[in-house]
Amino acid sequence: MTTLPEKTDRKLGLVIDLDTCVGCHACVVSCKGWNTENYGAPLSDQDPYGADPTGTFLNRVHSYEVQPEEGAAQLIHFPKSCLHCEDAPCVTVCPTGASYKRTEDGIVLVNETDCIGCGLCAWACPYGAREMDAAEGVMKKCTLCVDRIYNDNLPEVDQVPACVRTCPAGARHFGDLGDPDSEVSQLVAERGGMDLMPEQGTKPVNQYLPPRPKDELDRTAAPEDSEIDVLAPYLNPVADSPKGFLGWLDKTLEKL
Amino acid sequence: MHPAPSVIIFTTLSGLGFGLLFWLGLGFPAVTGWTAFAFFAIAYALAVGGLLASTFHLGHPERAIKAFTQWRSSWLSREACTSVAALVVMGLYGAGLVFFGERWALLGWIGAALSLLTVYTTSMIYAQMKTVPRWQTPLTPVLFLTLAITGGAILSGEVTAALVLLLLAAVVQVIWWQRGDGALAGSGTNLATATGLGKPGQVRAFEPPHTGTNYLLREFVHVVGRKHAMKLRLIALVLGYALPFALLALPFNHVFALLAVLSHLTGIAASRWLFFAEAEHVVGLYYGKR
Amino acid sequence: MTLHQPKINTSPKVSDEVRKTTCYMCACRCGINVHMKDGKVAYIEGNRDHPVNKGVLCAKGSAGIMQHNAPSRLRAPLKRVGPRGSGEFEEISWDEALGLATEWLAPVREKNPEKLAFFTGRDQSQSFTSFWAQNFGTPNYAAHGGFCSVNMAAAGIYTMGGAFWEFGQPDWDYTKLFMIFGVAEDHDSNPIKMGIGKIKERGARVIGVNPIRSGYNAVADDWVGITPGTDGLFILSLIHELLKAGRIDLDYLARFTNAPCLVNMDPDSPEHGLLLRDDDGKTLVIDRKTGKLTPFDQPGVQPDLSASHRKAGITHKPVMHLIAERYLDDQYAPEAVAEKCGIKPAKIRAIAAELARVAFDEAFELDHEWTDFRGETHKTMTGRPVSFHSMRGISAHSNGFQTCRSLHLLQILLGTVEVPGGFRFKPPYPKPVSAHPKPHCGVTPGKPLDGPHLGFVQGPDDLALKDDGSAARIDKAFTWENPMSAHGLMHMVISNAHAGDPYKIDTLFMYMANMSWNSSMNTRGVIDMLTDTDENGDYVIPHIIYSDAYSSEMVAYADLIFPDTTYLERHDCISLLDRPICEADAAADAIRWPVVEPDRDVRGFQSVLCELGARLNLPGFVNEDGSQKYADYGDYITNHERKPGIGPLAGWRMGEDGLTHGRGGPNEAQLDHYIENGGFMVKHIPEDASYYKPWNKAYQDWAVELGLFDSPQHYIFDLYAEPLRRFQLAAEGHGDRQPPDHLRERIKETLDPLPIWYAPFEDTGVDTEEFDVHALTQRPMAMYHSWGTQNAWLRQIHGHNPLYLPTNIWQKHGFAEGDWARVTSAHGEITVPVAHMAALNENTVWTWNAIGKRKGAWALDKDAPEATKGFLLNHLIHELLPPKGDGLRWANSDPVTGQAAWFDLRVKIEKAEAPAEAQPGFDPIKSPVGQGPDHLEWKVGK
Repeated sequence: MTTLPEKTDRKLGLVIDLDTCVGCHACVVSCKGWNTENYGAPLSDQDPYGADPTGTFLNRVHSYEVQPEEGAAQLIHFPKSCLHCEDAPCVTVCPTGASYKRTEDGIVLVNETDCIGCGLCAWACPYGAREMDAAEGVMKKCTLCVDRIYNDNLPEVDQVPACVRTCPAGARHFGDLGDPDSEVSQLVAERGGMDLMPEQGTKPVNQYLPPRPKDELDRTAAPEDSEIDVLAPYLNPVADSPKGFLGWLDKTLEKL
Repeated sequence: MHPAPSVIIFTTLSGLGFGLLFWLGLGFPAVTGWTAFAFFAIAYALAVGGLLASTFHLGHPERAIKAFTQWRSSWLSREACTSVAALVVMGLYGAGLVFFGERWALLGWIGAALSLLTVYTTSMIYAQMKTVPRWQTPLTPVLFLTLAITGGAILSGEVTAALVLLLLAAVVQVIWWQRGDGALAGSGTNLATATGLGKPGQVRAFEPPHTGTNYLLREFVHVVGRKHAMKLRLIALVLGYALPFALLALPFNHVFALLAVLSHLTGIAASRWLFFAEAEHVVGLYYGKR
Repeated sequence: MTLHQPKINTSPKVSDEVRKTTCYMCACRCGINVHMKDGKVAYIEGNRDHPVNKGVLCAKGSAGIMQHNAPSRLRAPLKRVGPRGSGEFEEISWDEALGLATEWLAPVREKNPEKLAFFTGRDQSQSFTSFWAQNFGTPNYAAHGGFCSVNMAAAGIYTMGGAFWEFGQPDWDYTKLFMIFGVAEDHDSNPIKMGIGKIKERGARVIGVNPIRSGYNAVADDWVGITPGTDGLFILSLIHELLKAGRIDLDYLARFTNAPCLVNMDPDSPEHGLLLRDDDGKTLVIDRKTGKLTPFDQPGVQPDLSASHRKAGITHKPVMHLIAERYLDDQYAPEAVAEKCGIKPAKIRAIAAELARVAFDEAFELDHEWTDFRGETHKTMTGRPVSFHSMRGISAHSNGFQTCRSLHLLQILLGTVEVPGGFRFKPPYPKPVSAHPKPHCGVTPGKPLDGPHLGFVQGPDDLALKDDGSAARIDKAFTWENPMSAHGLMHMVISNAHAGDPYKIDTLFMYMANMSWNSSMNTRGVIDMLTDTDENGDYVIPHIIYSDAYSSEMVAYADLIFPDTTYLERHDCISLLDRPICEADAAADAIRWPVVEPDRDVRGFQSVLCELGARLNLPGFVNEDGSQKYADYGDYITNHERKPGIGPLAGWRMGEDGLTHGRGGPNEAQLDHYIENGGFMVKHIPEDASYYKPWNKAYQDWAVELGLFDSPQHYIFDLYAEPLRRFQLAAEGHGDRQPPDHLRERIKETLDPLPIWYAPFEDTGVDTEEFDVHALTQRPMAMYHSWGTQNAWLRQIHGHNPLYLPTNIWQKHGFAEGDWARVTSAHGEITVPVAHMAALNENTVWTWNAIGKRKGAWALDKDAPEATKGFLLNHLIHELLPPKGDGLRWANSDPVTGQAAWFDLRVKIEKAEAPAEAQPGFDPIKSPVGQGPDHLEWKVGK
């Protein structure tokens, strides 16, 4: 069981758009809500009203600053949850077979009744996608809302992960990344979707769309190295003084 | 990585225990009867005690039996299997020595091999971790095996071998540390590859996702001051290697031998604490740690 | 090997039932699906059918379940038994609580109704609470708009009959360039996120103007890291550039604004600066066809933007001339403003060029025929796909009103308000100033007030002054100090009541306003005022009644507490009479209803007011026989009529031909209809009425039919705001009502009828060399009310708040991670943890708002990080400016509206030894509800 399937029928996963994520944490909390009430043990919280509150979350939003050599620093919000890797190192290290990758859709799951809570899978994951629940003593991770995406009790439109359904900015997309014609695959192709830590060789299914180039107007401000042409050149004055303007106004009104 | 006492105790003690079993399996020292019983009791106390300690960090130790199922892929499962196999084989072998005064050599050799294999599987749990570049090297099993055999030699009273092995182990230890110090930087994993944001400029972790702590930070982000680490390395070198060497190099004396064992054990525990505490898990990068 | 996967149930039952209501985790008012299991709340998600959020939901909304089960919920009415501030209470019955309140308030009403000051905070029932206050007869009512939004609201309404905030929205379907000023998480939080996502997907661009590059500004394609308080100057420079290049929409200006209206230019005339009007009071323009003076709205008129008029020896120039003369001046040239704004001249030019390019070169036509108010039919609607949005970043300054006006001027010069691709109003807006009430302050003991408290003054005659010229209202709203304070000045109430200026009060009655903590500037001072005693040992403010659902910091400072319900346990209406949930394409209102019944002895505050109103015999709250008129708030929502056919909810009313949306009689089953429909009502605007609303016949007719107006309210935009000029005229000595002399110069300078920029008052009041850094707050997206602190999930995300420092300050002082700083303003000092942020204006520091908490409040441990590391910037801000040496004390607020100027704050930063906890520290208050549990495994369906 701990062995990875040679291939999966589909590669379900998320595409996360770093260009539009505003860092609102909506996905974090809707995930907490759904997964507390649903699959497996609730995501518990320790010292929730105390000095050191800490709990299990399956999705967290980091933020990073990028300082270009020239110009203003940029801030990028960065949601991170399980990437449902094709070569998921968390699965193969599992001694009990509790961790597995589903053959039909590639979702990496933990069968909580088999989990001994050794934590090794979390050690093996470079992304910090797994968190041991302190109350239940089992490993929790993103299930890609496996109990939503096939759930006949939900309307079809709601058969997506909770984080995707709730994301206000539309920065999260769900689909089959194994199908090159799927919307998510198209998006990845168009926008240059990327793997996180490709050198780790995990072949993550989830893809991240990089932020679009920023502060292009600063480039226009230095016209010689302007890179994009959609932006306007400086305005040409029609008048230097109020009087000149009124003259222009009269002339222009004539033509209206 | 968080230096969990349970794991430090486990790897240190069981390494020593299986090291001793290795020597016993090879017939060193050639003991039988109650003497053999004493040696085996020590070896089992260390090995089994270590294994038991390791269950303390499990969320569900009552399900530990399931850990024997995944030997095809999981080093932890393999460790479980080999350790039990080693203990069973060496148990039979020991029974022969203790109760029948017989040394079933083949069984001993198999047991010795299984004991080493157990230490190897333990080491591979760490050495396989691509996420912890400091660990991910063939030197890790070399270190674990050298230490186990060395400790076993000390415990079994194979003084000459122990002296040679202590020197060898110290060299391996220093090389392991040296390599380890550059491992994260050399791994090619950094905040830029972690986030994919390196193209426009220099990436810096701005805000962690939560202001409080979490499992990942508790488990994977443990920062040891450089000075503190150097001090501990020195302690590990002195207690783990130099002092036992000196004590054993002196004319044989049971007190010195006992001191050598205790000193070695303490030194290796310190080394093992550093093994975890200094190990940088790449997930720390996401939190701007290291 | 073959893989044996466990069989898992991928179709588990989601819930027993879904109950649809309206969120109240912030001011956004999204629709939510509350999933119930075993009669308990199990999961909350967004309602896909809802006009506001269309299914999405933010972090706060999803965390509603933790708000609903928060251990900080009050449990029963409380009577104070210890000294104020101690937190010592006893639980009492509702009968006793209401009896006590009646005992205090009945004599007040009989003798001096103004001695009740009733102010509400995050109240979403202002049309109800104001109705109650009006019936009580006190002039002293307002909600919290005075420290929140009034600059924006007033500037928008006085300029174009509607404002940003949640009262309008960009045309998300067509806009190609979206420029935001001072926008962080706020009202309309989900719609803005959704909109940005939507336009970015289309390839539209976003320009963010904000000293802090977080949130929406982080995803903006271009960032303008402006110096706080200089937005107005930057905008006027953009206007300078656009005028200079002639890149303005002359046709739009001529048709739809008062740019062609004629201004009296004779300095000696008592009407100097006023607009030329005919005998009916209509403003006059010169018709380009005839060259004659013509009322602006006459059918067929083509207003001339350029022609002047001379009448009785007085020259009248069109507003357009004044605009050209003022803004083409070199003081607004990019080079002249660059240093003050912290923006390179080239960038200002680039942005002006980009605005013009998109507005004019990417203009497009929609094939929608429409007819304007002059009767002219247009075959198409012209789109100008540039849109703007703005929030408190530009509003909460002492120059905020004029800055907001500047932005509206920019929008309107580009012709991009109420056109496809531009900024669009949401019903009940657009609505001309003239259609709003004026403020009322006529007090008669034992009788209701003579009209609504709040409104929009047109000139000195409308001020709320007593015969002796003193302020009629406790907050001094609508006085010469801040004539156009349309939302009242909640932030001055406690300070004025304590000082007995303009008079003393008997009872302070507040709802959802955490005045002894994060909802006040000068927190320490306010605490002292609330607990101060007179020479007899009596409290200076004799009675304080407070209603809140939670054990907030304010609870400890009240004498009597009415415990409110959570938002899932109550009725509410999000009414067209108030601040509805409309979209640009539809009118909409909504309800909350008790999806669960309270499990404690608490009552919805509005229901309590229904009963208290009846006990006090308030006319609107008793039947003719003196019995209680409304059993509870649900009853009021259903049966109250503001005027015949118009009630709190517009949906499912009894029309002549059966149920209808809009005008109609009360319908006993109305709330059930709302519940069946998901908790809201939507009525769409016809296509030909969807743009150009102020001037669009079809829209105006639709609005009348719906009941928004009784008759069409066509108007033109007031680029030139005459009401402001009327106050200037008074200050110049004209008219009977005259300002006090010390205010004349300021009124002349700041109440300019055309947008101006002046430096924030704090810059002139403090030593800017010493206090060289601007300090701001922003609300975190995951927690933008102090309510979030008690939320077990949200407080893990924001449990404490560092002060973020820009790179240069960080390096200059040699700060490192984990360091603390002493931050000093002219008013106070705090010592707080710091963190480095590079994407920040180099002279600005900031922190998250309202994370810091008082020990003992909100059922948190006294060592909670909110209390030990979290902090408030409020301690550094005063409601008054530092003394100027003239013997007077000047409010730290906008001189037009009185809006609290908390973003004017200047500080100095020094590295400090880390104290044991953030300073100033406060003693713990005793929690009336104990402390929360030490672990949570919250699963309802087991």
